[in-house]
Amino acid sequence: MKYEPVIGLEVHAQLLTESKIFCGCSTKFGQEPNQNTCPVCAGFPGVLPVLNRRVVEFAIKAGLATHCEIARSSILARKNYFYPDLPKGYQISQYELPVCIGGYIDVDIDGTQKRVRLTRIHMEEDAGKNIHDAHGDASLVDLNRAGVPLLEIVSEPDMRTAAEAGAYLRTLRQILQYLEVCDGNMEEGSFRCDANVSIRPAGSEILGTKIEIKNLNSFRAVERAIKFEIDRQIDTLSDGGTLIQQTRLWDENREETRSMRSKESAHDYRYFPDPDLLPLIIDDTWTYEVRVTLPELPATRKQRFAAEYTLPAYDAELLTARKDIADYFEAAVKVHAAPKALSNWIVGDLFRVLKERKLDDQLYILQWPVVPAHLAQLVQMIDHGKITGKIAKTVFEAMLDSNKPPQQIVGETGLEQVSDTGSIETTIDQVLASNPKQLAQYQSGNEKVFGYFVGQIMKATQGRANPQMVNEILREKLKTSVRQ
Amino acid sequence: MSLAQLTLHEASDKLRKREITSLELTEAVYQRIADTDDKVHAYLTLAREAALEQANRADEKLKQATDPAPLLGIPIALKDNFLTKGLRTTCASKILGDFIPPYDATTVDRVRSAGAVIIGKTNLDEFAMGSSVENSAFFATCNPWNLERIPGGSSGGSAAAVAADECIAALGTDTGGSIRQPAACCGIVGLKPTYGRVSRYGIIAFASSMDQVGPMTKDVRDAALLLEAIAGQDPADSTSINSSVPRYSAALNGDIKGLRLGIPKEYFVSGMQIEVGEAVRSAIRELEKHGAVIEEISLPHTEYAVAVYYIVATAEASSNLARYDGMRFGRRANGKDLIETYMISRDEGFGAEVKRRIMLGTYALSAGYYDAYYLKAQRVRTLIRKDFDAAFGRCDVIVTPTAPTTAFRLGEKTQDPLQMYLSDIYTISINLAGLPAISLPCGFDGEGMPIGLQIIGKHFDEATILRVADTYERATEWHKTKPRIQDR
Repeated sequence: MKYEPVIGLEVHAQLLTESKIFCGCSTKFGQEPNQNTCPVCAGFPGVLPVLNRRVVEFAIKAGLATHCEIARSSILARKNYFYPDLPKGYQISQYELPVCIGGYIDVDIDGTQKRVRLTRIHMEEDAGKNIHDAHGDASLVDLNRAGVPLLEIVSEPDMRTAAEAGAYLRTLRQILQYLEVCDGNMEEGSFRCDANVSIRPAGSEILGTKIEIKNLNSFRAVERAIKFEIDRQIDTLSDGGTLIQQTRLWDENREETRSMRSKESAHDYRYFPDPDLLPLIIDDTWTYEVRVTLPELPATRKQRFAAEYTLPAYDAELLTARKDIADYFEAAVKVHAAPKALSNWIVGDLFRVLKERKLDDQLYILQWPVVPAHLAQLVQMIDHGKITGKIAKTVFEAMLDSNKPPQQIVGETGLEQVSDTGSIETTIDQVLASNPKQLAQYQSGNEKVFGYFVGQIMKATQGRANPQMVNEILREKLKTSVRQ
Repeated sequence: MSLAQLTLHEASDKLRKREITSLELTEAVYQRIADTDDKVHAYLTLAREAALEQANRADEKLKQATDPAPLLGIPIALKDNFLTKGLRTTCASKILGDFIPPYDATTVDRVRSAGAVIIGKTNLDEFAMGSSVENSAFFATCNPWNLERIPGGSSGGSAAAVAADECIAALGTDTGGSIRQPAACCGIVGLKPTYGRVSRYGIIAFASSMDQVGPMTKDVRDAALLLEAIAGQDPADSTSINSSVPRYSAALNGDIKGLRLGIPKEYFVSGMQIEVGEAVRSAIRELEKHGAVIEEISLPHTEYAVAVYYIVATAEASSNLARYDGMRFGRRANGKDLIETYMISRDEGFGAEVKRRIMLGTYALSAGYYDAYYLKAQRVRTLIRKDFDAAFGRCDVIVTPTAPTTAFRLGEKTQDPLQMYLSDIYTISINLAGLPAISLPCGFDGEGMPIGLQIIGKHFDEATILRVADTYERATEWHKTKPRIQDR
């Protein structure tokens, strides 16, 4: 029998707010254990939560960017379970009435568009971390992360292949990064994904037994685990076995999923509306205020780049992959309108530097090695014949971190192009005079020596001679010398 | 006469006029505690050293202040579910061990800022769950009017301390009657404000949608003054309401002419002690004499209130009490693994009534039961609230007994939780509806036990119930009668 896989993803995106969702504690990563805590996020007696408005704004942003309906009234609910990293014994989350409902994301899969619908987006608080094996046989609890805001983004089971799931996940991450609400770092856990995978006979409308996969810490893991799980489920059914609803863990080293708990042992979370928090009312004004702050989203921006700057689709794709790079490009184009040349410099030289310096790991590059105006001026100097393309590479290297405009570097190092006819002529005369053997070869018909002379001239001028003028004058001089 | 017998406003007057000092007043209160608290057992923790320091500071301020706050230099007692920075807070439970809070409740902060002197922490039913203080993990508190009787609960320690002059005034909390029923039992004034009027931040939560802090005092004026000091929105409590706080004490003008008193027919039914009914009816006649008009009203869903309350309150409590897991504070047992550590810590830490309510609440929220219990209870709660909305279309305040009987004997109902739950039959609906209500003395039964009159107001209309209560109080002497504390 032929089976069709059905895949839905649940994403937990850690929000980039300064403070936690229900108290004023910092969300800063990498602090000493339990430094970012107070009685509220440590679950002390008597404390009460106060909802951080920024978290709501971020949720509205994410909802609007993914075409969701923003709920005018939504409810924060308690999810009850015991665990030492959960200080109150319940997590404040949303259950029956989430903040964003419906919506969709259009995903590009090898040039074709696929629409993946969203079920919901809701806000919740993160738990702390239990640290095992660090202190004898005791476990330690670090509550720095407890109360850090999360968005849970739940897709409909609209994906059919691991590649589609991967593409959806990348697109979603790109949108959240564009919105600057999440840094999207899967390895560090600020962008987490659980996958729900089932299979059904091709053509069937009924959903099969759902398996949830956890512990997916990279895009690769998501795709590998889904592939593995689809194969496992097909094998099980083909062998006459049955599937049971369960949660399975992805084992990165063994490249397989294994059972974690079955439905029977699943928690009863006893959700109920949190009586400490009033229903969250979002009026049209608030939604509007957030809507006007929405940046142009990646898909739109990519199309515009291709059209407005007549860039190849490939360039547009690379330049709009990140908001900060797209912003960089547009800032540079404003200074010197040479889109394709700038694109070449950005995706070539600049990307190499970003990668070398691991700046491409950051969500948003604040400290560019070369500011966009300077890069634009550099290209402008080439276009105006002030420097050669080759010299420009040297100037670019000198610009890194110096924060000096290219004109200054060229001025200080005497790298400007020599376009003075007299000085070029003198150099050519000198080169011809000191290479009589090659000159004789040329005169006897070996035109290949022309390139040799050019090389010698450029060497003598440290590459600064205007190559076009060198060509012209040299050709002229050689002609005369032949005639003589 | 001991200075400890003074009311808050009397003491405040004397302090302003420099007839007495806060230090003298505070010493007098501690002297009274030394004399009587080994019989009453109102206090769990005394803070004498800190209190004397506060009294000294208050005396300094009194010397300089031109118009001192009414609370400046006044010794008050706090129910032991208020978090007090640096002062042990037990909630009458073993599970908190010797918990020393790292912060003050907002209300504690407010009375401290107003210059009050914190005498100590009073006994209560564990986690405020009970109507007699017999559920305290430490000891029972006795009713100053008869040491063999319960003081009411759960704020029984605060009520007994006020009645026995072991403080000038006290704060309690009320989730289903926990201020008003002990106030009635001990012959004092107890006010539960509108839900959202007073901050809950720093109060150990029992049932978050109903818990409310309120004053427990020797007379109505004191309740008004103390409420003024603690009321008002708190940014740390999202359920506190941004509504201006009137000067309640200025509303006590004795004028209730034309005011409509609603008398709910469902509240005067069998099961009520005869003397309680008589005293309340006689109080209503007294209010009529002052120009109030009687309206018979109906609150048809009253009979479901106790059932609804014990689903909603226990559901919330089951979740609120999950944080007592032995991990971050309080007692931790040594189990062989995590689950056993949880189980033993909670088994040893919680008393029987608390466990009963956690189990009830957990059940009501469980998959498959949620709709039938929790959701249904919430729907009926809405009906109860609507009953009051409709009734307040026809009247300005509602007058009822506070409790169906006067204080019963210690041990009389400990074996029958359902009978115990019925002690709050007249007070519970008010919490479900979030309304303000006051209890004040309106007589004594044949055995000399005080009877409480309950006056219920519209949302955020504490001023009117205080005015009605004050009018009645001016016309009567009940509040001036003091218990004679005799040996058991």
